[in-house]
Amino acid sequence: MSATLLAVQTLNGLQLGILLFLIAAGLTLVFGVMDFINLAHGVQYMLGAYLAVAAYGVTGSFWTAMLLALAGSLVVGLALELVVFRHLYDRDHLDQVLATFGVILFLGEAVKVIWGSSPLSLPVPDLLSGSIPISDGLLYPVYRIALIVAGLLIAALLYVLVTHTRVGMLVRAGATNAPMVSALGVNIRRLFMVVFGFGAMLAGFAGIMAAPILAVEPGMGDNLLILAFVVIVIGGIGSIRGAFLAALIIGLVDTIGRSAATDIARLVLPPAAANDVGPAIASMLIYILMAAVLFFRPSGLFPARAG
Amino acid sequence: MADSILRLEALEKSYGALLVTDRVSLDVRPGEIHAVIGPNGAGKTTLIGQISGSLQPDAGRILFEGRGVTHLPMHARARAGLARSFQITTILPDFTARQNVALALQAHQGHSFRFFRDVAKDEALNEAAGRVLADLSLASRADIPAGVLSHGEKRSLELAIALATAPKLLLLDEPMAGTGREETDRLVEVLSSLKGRYAMLLVEHDMSAVFALADRISVLVYGAIIATGTPEEIRNDARVREAYLGEEAA
Amino acid sequence: MENATASLFRARLVPGLILAAFGLLPVLAGLIDDTFIVFFAIRVMIFAIAAVSLALILGFGAMVSFGHAAYIGLGAYTVGILAENGVWEFYVSLPATLVVCGLFALVTGAISLKTRGVYFIMITLAFGQMAYYTATSLSAYGGDDGLTMWGRTEIFGSSMLSDRMTFYYVVFAVLVAVWWLCRTMVNSRFGRVLQGARQSEMRLQAIGIDPYAYRLAAYVIAGMIAGVAGALLANAAEFVSPAYMSWHRSGELIFMVVLGGLGSFSGAILGASGYLVLEEVLSHVTENWRLIFGPFLILVVLYGRGGLLGLITGGKRDG
Repeated sequence: MSATLLAVQTLNGLQLGILLFLIAAGLTLVFGVMDFINLAHGVQYMLGAYLAVAAYGVTGSFWTAMLLALAGSLVVGLALELVVFRHLYDRDHLDQVLATFGVILFLGEAVKVIWGSSPLSLPVPDLLSGSIPISDGLLYPVYRIALIVAGLLIAALLYVLVTHTRVGMLVRAGATNAPMVSALGVNIRRLFMVVFGFGAMLAGFAGIMAAPILAVEPGMGDNLLILAFVVIVIGGIGSIRGAFLAALIIGLVDTIGRSAATDIARLVLPPAAANDVGPAIASMLIYILMAAVLFFRPSGLFPARAG
Repeated sequence: MADSILRLEALEKSYGALLVTDRVSLDVRPGEIHAVIGPNGAGKTTLIGQISGSLQPDAGRILFEGRGVTHLPMHARARAGLARSFQITTILPDFTARQNVALALQAHQGHSFRFFRDVAKDEALNEAAGRVLADLSLASRADIPAGVLSHGEKRSLELAIALATAPKLLLLDEPMAGTGREETDRLVEVLSSLKGRYAMLLVEHDMSAVFALADRISVLVYGAIIATGTPEEIRNDARVREAYLGEEAA
Repeated sequence: MENATASLFRARLVPGLILAAFGLLPVLAGLIDDTFIVFFAIRVMIFAIAAVSLALILGFGAMVSFGHAAYIGLGAYTVGILAENGVWEFYVSLPATLVVCGLFALVTGAISLKTRGVYFIMITLAFGQMAYYTATSLSAYGGDDGLTMWGRTEIFGSSMLSDRMTFYYVVFAVLVAVWWLCRTMVNSRFGRVLQGARQSEMRLQAIGIDPYAYRLAAYVIAGMIAGVAGALLANAAEFVSPAYMSWHRSGELIFMVVLGGLGSFSGAILGASGYLVLEEVLSHVTENWRLIFGPFLILVVLYGRGGLLGLITGGKRDG
């Protein structure tokens, strides 16, 4: 693999990592504060993308579509919280998993009914169209760079929110000791809604940002949801910092692994076998990484819970 | 040392800046009831946790029958003969009282990778469990789900489970917690009937129970032992009066 | 205390009725000359086998495995890949299935069972997904499109499984055997430990039992049984696909167990039957049957504790 290709794959890996972080951040906060496992989080990412496409169809402006889709993601998230999730906080994880699985089935199908099964797309906004040279003769799309920058800005913003605000303090305390937070007289229900709405918007934002570069289709959230789980397991439940680092690691390992695995397999195997084995190994790579991390650190790299 | 069954040597543990176990050394001799008393927050439960293996000390050693067990996991210590009862009742609520005790007996008999024989029809096991329950006056409640027993009965069952593992040392974490006067008296009777057969480390709030049962008493204050002695010595110890017994002893 | 009649009903009558129903079904179907029902019932029994294996770890061991479909897929692929390479004999493919699934369960279980709660759910889901993506990347064996088997597993050179009735009763016999095996294990010393660990890990530690090895053993056994279900599924469909191990399938398996009633193998069989019948009926009503099914699932979780078995016996769910 050439240096140029490696540079491109690194950028692509960062980009996947950023999307994963936006999804994992909401998931891990919700886990940490509410001890609630929400499988439907990936569907909220998908809805963000669909809402953006729909809003663009009406307004014709990427930026207006983004604002509308963000608002829509928030409304859908809060509605789900009110109708379904709220009744699950006191239940065991089995019930949470099953009920949110039901939400996935319903919303996934609803999206098919409304927008059809074939992939849709969202045009890149004019402001961010075109490419810039990153090395001799190599152009990289501005939009993808912007996605990475936006993600980094949000990560920084989240970091400040969690470490320097009152809500952030409660979130951190909640991740380590939820009963104590509620004993302090904090309105837990409201805190849950804030965290939940925020997580839904992050997932929606990831979907909107992904819409111009990935196919907008039913099931687009499934793969990312499970990758986000891997991120959380590696990073440690409830830890924003862990989620950020793990997301970048997973993004890079998966992307670079996929482009390099066949080449590496060729070093030890005949070409035909390498072509078969390479992709299989590549798709297992991040799970093997997860297993290795768990083996040495069962509660992830940055466990938020003490003890 | 051969004359003590359990020996703690300079045990230390802290949570952040808070020292909860401060160089605790004590020993329990065969057949003896050694009680640990102390006000709330003195670090009694943390100490029990370190002895039973649910918590790891930061420094110091734990010797059981002369063997270092400081880093053994809880189940290995239990197998070695160190049985604990819990302050917060920890029984298996869906099992009957008999099943609770039978499982402890089963654990003592070796591994449980036995897949085919119906354990409910294992008469030898059930009868043995019945005998342990009868010892604790629970015979008539043997086939009732443990979750619906009364609080006092649950405390007795907790003790029965510990006895079923044929322990060499009973580690009792506030066995009388939350029981009424009558139940407490009954448990004191049960424990004194066991006295001599088992060595016991008894952590307890109920002073009359402690003074009725214990051969020796250690007083734990802010994680450190300030005095060890016979009930008589402790009763008359000025530091203990000041630090702990206060008005009560006057 | 639980109603004794209801308890007896559950312990004896419900299993008897289920056995009789599956045992006699081909005869009744023969009377009305309906082959679809027999095919459908084969499918139901295969998923019932998988659901029973999941009930062993989920219902009795409280291990919420969200990757159980992976074992169905692994079993199916083992049979399919062997067949693709000209090996059709059951005395090769059955042990191979057990070994492949047992090893995968041993390795992934050893890691997953170090953790609890949501971690366990996410990790089993991730390992399941790993198996899924690996299957889709097996270009030599059909990749995304799956693999067609041009026949069924042979038994000492005989292709008796190609006969519909024979195959039906083989699947039936496997279901009965698996059911018996799981019931026996749950009632054994091993089963006591498994169920005790579900109620209080601490208590087991305190009496000298480390539940880890017992949980792992149950996890491996359940994986092997689900692998057998997968091998049967490959034979039933004469086709193997990565879709067998998608995480949606794992979710459906969990739902089957919960729908039937946790903590009972009859419940798991009822749940598998109920789920597949519901899917069949709803998909005839509308192509978008998930629009109805999703909310139904949520309602069952929120209000339907005890499952179908609880509905039938009127008894509360036992644990």
